[in-house]
Amino acid sequence: MDLLSIARGPALKAALAIFFFGITWRLVTIFLLRHNWQLSFAREGRAGAWSGALKSVFTFRRPRLSRARRSSMEATADAAVAVGSRSWPHPPFVRRTLYGETIGYLYHIGLALVVIFGAPHILVLKSFFGVGWPALPTPIITIISVLTLALLFAALMRRLGSPVLRHLSNFDDYFSWSIVTLVFATGLMAHGHLGGPYQDVLAWHILSFDLLLAWFPFGKLMHAFFLTPSRAIAGYLLKRRGAPV
Amino acid sequence: MTRSESVQTVNDALDRQGISRRTFLKSCMLAASAMALSPLAGSAMAKQLGKMKRPSVIYLSFQECTGCLESLTRSFSPTLEHLIFNVISLDYDDTLMAAAGHQAEAAKEQAMRDNYGKYVLVVDGAIPLAFGGACHTAAGKSAIQILKEAAKGARAIVAVGTCATFGGLPHANPNPTGAIGVSDLIKDKPVINVSGCPPIPVVMAGTIMHFFAFDKVPELDELHRPKMFYGNTIHDRCYRRPFYDAGKFAESFDDEGARNGWCLYKLGCKGPTTYNSCATLKWNQGVSFPIESGHPCLGCSQPNFWDGGSFYAALPTPKWGKAGEGNPSKAGEIAGAAAGIGAGVGLAAAGLSRYRQYRRAIKAAAAAENGDDSDGQSKEE
Repeated sequence: MDLLSIARGPALKAALAIFFFGITWRLVTIFLLRHNWQLSFAREGRAGAWSGALKSVFTFRRPRLSRARRSSMEATADAAVAVGSRSWPHPPFVRRTLYGETIGYLYHIGLALVVIFGAPHILVLKSFFGVGWPALPTPIITIISVLTLALLFAALMRRLGSPVLRHLSNFDDYFSWSIVTLVFATGLMAHGHLGGPYQDVLAWHILSFDLLLAWFPFGKLMHAFFLTPSRAIAGYLLKRRGAPV
Repeated sequence: MTRSESVQTVNDALDRQGISRRTFLKSCMLAASAMALSPLAGSAMAKQLGKMKRPSVIYLSFQECTGCLESLTRSFSPTLEHLIFNVISLDYDDTLMAAAGHQAEAAKEQAMRDNYGKYVLVVDGAIPLAFGGACHTAAGKSAIQILKEAAKGARAIVAVGTCATFGGLPHANPNPTGAIGVSDLIKDKPVINVSGCPPIPVVMAGTIMHFFAFDKVPELDELHRPKMFYGNTIHDRCYRRPFYDAGKFAESFDDEGARNGWCLYKLGCKGPTTYNSCATLKWNQGVSFPIESGHPCLGCSQPNFWDGGSFYAALPTPKWGKAGEGNPSKAGEIAGAAAGIGAGVGLAAAGLSRYRQYRRAIKAAAAAENGDDSDGQSKEE
């Protein structure tokens, strides 16, 4: 069996099994763990607390029009920030974190576009779900991929360049970054027919994706599954205590 | 194909048949151009071949469908007739030769004795190892015995077709006859693999001619194939490549993309992973090749192409279920089973954790009742 057959056959099956096993294992364990008793009364009742959980996930925060006189441009900018502002730093922190936040958002968007709208990826997803959808033109996907790869390196530089971030980072951060970047780089190389015979580069691309799937539940990539529940719990607790959500 | 013919030089044979030197030179030029050699190489080939004795060639057939020989008979540069009547002395080929039975075997043994260490062995078909080699026998001998005997005195071996090179169809899962390719069995002789199902006729004839003309094994790739014919992928040389680069694909065999001649990648084309000359030399005297006729490349010159999944599944498509079928339900089964086990383990882990917390709380309460606060607290932590 050649490397490509291993990558898209047994290795992919094993990775998929580890991925689904790990995801459900971690989520079920965390959700079923014993929680601290809430000793206070719910300020707005239990339903109110649950509304806080839902609001924190599904609604956007209103723009804060703190200044009395605003130009129309400022108001427009505020409105733009308001869309998704619940996932954007508070104004006092924006200046300090703008660079990192922007890079983070952009490469996540780039990743999503390439994974969902790349022609070969649609074929893979179709083999999962049985349905396909139109692909973005290859040159556009190529440009997005190159930009995303550059943004991934910019994110790494930012992490390495900041003493605080460097101190906070551990093996998980660098390993997760490496796998994501490896999948992206080998995908670009396979697409561009660079770095060796196509079937070998494609095999390495799929193998690195297999590794990503297998690592996903056990590293920080799991934030994709933890983000929403974490925010829902925060929203629930805040609302329960009567804080505005 | 008598013994007296086999000792003639090529020029003698040409004279005897009234073939002019110009015609012979033209044939060599065509062969040289097929091999992407310079025009000078064509005249060098003619000079070298002309003065040499017609080399002996023994052609053995094992587990095969005769498609490779059918293909070879369609060679046009050089033609098979030109090759076997003028350039080589085909001393044994059980399909083409007039003799049969004991006479055929005697001709083979005679050729092997007379040309020991000089003849070229052409092998077509896979060699079955299972059941002591009983799956293929001829003249009371198994394929392994026949091959080993013939390989002993051969100068080089040319394995033609994917069966002889990599095991091919007989080797496909579950390989009931234990079929293997020649290079898996013969390690002490140079083996030139000319893969394909069948190989391009010009590639087969050209490889044999190149070997005799330049008196050496051509430069080979890692799969022992001549680089001059297997140096590029079909995709590299495909005339539909610009559509791939532009992201224009046929989605089905009867859609607008197919009618416009767009790339067949999504319809399962294995061109990007297949090394062969189909896109440049083409078939039927350069008329066309499968992709030009609207069908994806099957990847027939690569090892294990029968087990590589469906011919109509795109290259990156996962292999979920049975060989060749992108089976969504199989992926669902894997995911569902793994998620079920994960949920079970998660449930058990959470239950165990809760049980431990409960036990600690009981112990802490008991310790508190006994007035030993510190013990309970330390355990709680």
